[in-house]
Amino acid sequence: MTFTNSLELLAFHETAYTIYAAMIISVVAWFGYNLSRENAKSVFRIPFYTYMAFLVAGGVGHHIFTYNAIPWVSEDMTRHDIKPDATYTFEIAKHKWVGLPKKITIQCNQTIEFNVKSHDLVYGFGLFRQDGTLVTQMQVNPGTDVNGILDSNDMLWTFNHNGVFDMTSTEYSGPAQYSEDGKDLMLVKNFVEVVGCDKGDAK
Amino acid sequence: MSLMKNLIHGTNFDHTSLNALQKVTLRAVVMSFLFFGLVAIEGMIMKLVVTGPSNPLPSMFSHPEHYFSIMTVHPIVGIFGSTYQLVFAAFMFLVPFLTKKPLYSVKLANFVWIMITVGTALAWIAAFVWQYAPLYTLYWPLPADTEQFHVVGGIVFILGVALIMVGTFGFIYNIYATVFAKVGIHKDKTTKELLISGFGIDGMLNLVHKLTGKPPYSKEPALALPVVAIFRGTVDTFLDAIVILTAGVLVLVFLLADLGGLHWDVGAVDALLYKNYFWWGLDLVADGLVLIYVAGSWYLLATLITGQKLFMENVARAALMLELLVSWMVWSHHLLADQGQPEMMKLISGEMVTAFELLTQGLALFITLVTLWKARPLKMTMELKYLLGGLVGFGLAVPAAIIQADMGMNRILHNTQWIIMAHVHIALIVGLYMTLYSALYVLWPIVTNNTKMFSSKMSNIHFWLYLIGGIGMGAFGGMAGLDGMLRRHLYVNGEFNTLMILAAICGTMVLVAWLIFLLNIVMSVGIKGLIGIFLPAQDKTASYGIEPETIAENHK
Repeated sequence: MTFTNSLELLAFHETAYTIYAAMIISVVAWFGYNLSRENAKSVFRIPFYTYMAFLVAGGVGHHIFTYNAIPWVSEDMTRHDIKPDATYTFEIAKHKWVGLPKKITIQCNQTIEFNVKSHDLVYGFGLFRQDGTLVTQMQVNPGTDVNGILDSNDMLWTFNHNGVFDMTSTEYSGPAQYSEDGKDLMLVKNFVEVVGCDKGDAK
Repeated sequence: MSLMKNLIHGTNFDHTSLNALQKVTLRAVVMSFLFFGLVAIEGMIMKLVVTGPSNPLPSMFSHPEHYFSIMTVHPIVGIFGSTYQLVFAAFMFLVPFLTKKPLYSVKLANFVWIMITVGTALAWIAAFVWQYAPLYTLYWPLPADTEQFHVVGGIVFILGVALIMVGTFGFIYNIYATVFAKVGIHKDKTTKELLISGFGIDGMLNLVHKLTGKPPYSKEPALALPVVAIFRGTVDTFLDAIVILTAGVLVLVFLLADLGGLHWDVGAVDALLYKNYFWWGLDLVADGLVLIYVAGSWYLLATLITGQKLFMENVARAALMLELLVSWMVWSHHLLADQGQPEMMKLISGEMVTAFELLTQGLALFITLVTLWKARPLKMTMELKYLLGGLVGFGLAVPAAIIQADMGMNRILHNTQWIIMAHVHIALIVGLYMTLYSALYVLWPIVTNNTKMFSSKMSNIHFWLYLIGGIGMGAFGGMAGLDGMLRRHLYVNGEFNTLMILAAICGTMVLVAWLIFLLNIVMSVGIKGLIGIFLPAQDKTASYGIEPETIAENHK
């Protein structure tokens, strides 16, 4: 099983967690019901060490599963050894994007490096579909190295579905990000467009 | 007429019969539930704002300064004003109760609730008056950003948080001084014996001895298991208070410099390093303090409700030690979206060690359930219902967090509503508070000298409204997170309207449940009794003589 974008992964995740939630609520409800009954018998026994092994397998197995099923995990860990198809570097100062291209057009299956630098506060960088769902994001920390050069906050992302994505800061950086009536001043509509894929990226 | 009589005089509550320990406990409980009401109202305001322009609130609540001021104080009031107060009150009563020793100092216990109340009020005032809004995360250098925030607001806010931490140190001192006091049953114990027991080392040695065929290291550990959990959780409470206090001092120094006309370079403090330090400390509240305290509370409640020994007690003792070590090494799961964070720290601390929380919390859940199961049939009392509710809460909340503490999932869930609603709110509202309500119902007769609860119907309505509302609010909020809704963002156009309306309906259920609970308590103790709680106690006794074993008899 491989997930090619966040929508597929989130749909899987939502289903799996909903089943789990229904299960844990039912188990405790059943348990509570039987706790107060006379002569309630155990339906099955859960050996202690089997249960512990299940928890360990669940905790560790989850990461092994995602490492193998989600392409951006290994891509992220080895990103400094991967040559991107294109790199876009821009900065943020006083809640404004600096050096931003008007629009980025990406060909299908291209791996793009986004390198965002902050002059002052902690911001975020996030791409969103038109329906508001999140494509990807990272934190943008301020800071400079010993030479006074702004620190990098870089990430790779491979786009394999067509779509037009908005960009905004995903981290709170104070109320100055908004106008008085609540409009997000860091929102850049239709900033990224992916073309050339067979499939579209929408819910 | 009878209702009016109840409202003024309560059922059979007599505040003059309470000793000093009972009174100080009830004072903190009262303040805690008042702050709970405030935090529930704040939560509802924020929920209503994001339902969109048709929300019934005045437009000022949708202004970013106002909205984020509420978001800043919401966790301060909720976690410190309400949760800390309630937990500290319960533990300053329980440690003397379980060790059969007096509390080290009732005066200090009074100091604790006053400091936390005043500190929380100051932080709230800073947000209300000056709209100081760096959020509880205090990501550097935002709290020192005087272009966005009024410097006086920042100073008042930090002073408020500092007072809360001073109160926290008072609680820590009181607990350890009580545990280590060589009086009563601990008259002949050495500090070393109490320390070994406090850290659960005796439980671990018992396990080793059992595996190697030797006789037990300690047949009767010096400290009861719940006291071990309190002892252990308090280590994290201490470390957390140090971190928050030092972060506060850093912010305060920069704000005072600004006030003095000096504009220091905030870039002198590395933002990512600060994040690591801050999250290390702050995470001790969530992954250390809450999980350890909660596990201890479950064990206590299970043994009090059943009157039986805890299932696999030595394993539970050893696991509490493991949980302490785990809680010190998991903070990187908050930094999985920080690209400057070393990959190895993300992998080991953020993913692998964090996954151990599934093990330690799952173990506590298992031990509690088996202890209850072995004692069946049990009467389905309010305390048992709430305990089961608490187990459901953590059963839902912990895996929700483990899912996000993964490099793959974090890339698409970080800073969304998923973690704050499906994890934090369910863990606190359902998991922690239902556990605390269970403790409250267990301790109610002891702390109030057998005061009759006004209405069991109201208790039941409170339980169901609270449980369904709490889980529903977390679930709908979590779904909004999956749909991309950010957690620290202002939405004024109803972008996630449907889910937010559903979450607001569930939030209203929690608020109504709180009102019903409050009314039930007021009708039980009466307004006169409520005032009497805050009057000086005639009986200065700092311990309570009822044996824990007698509580179990009420459940058979």
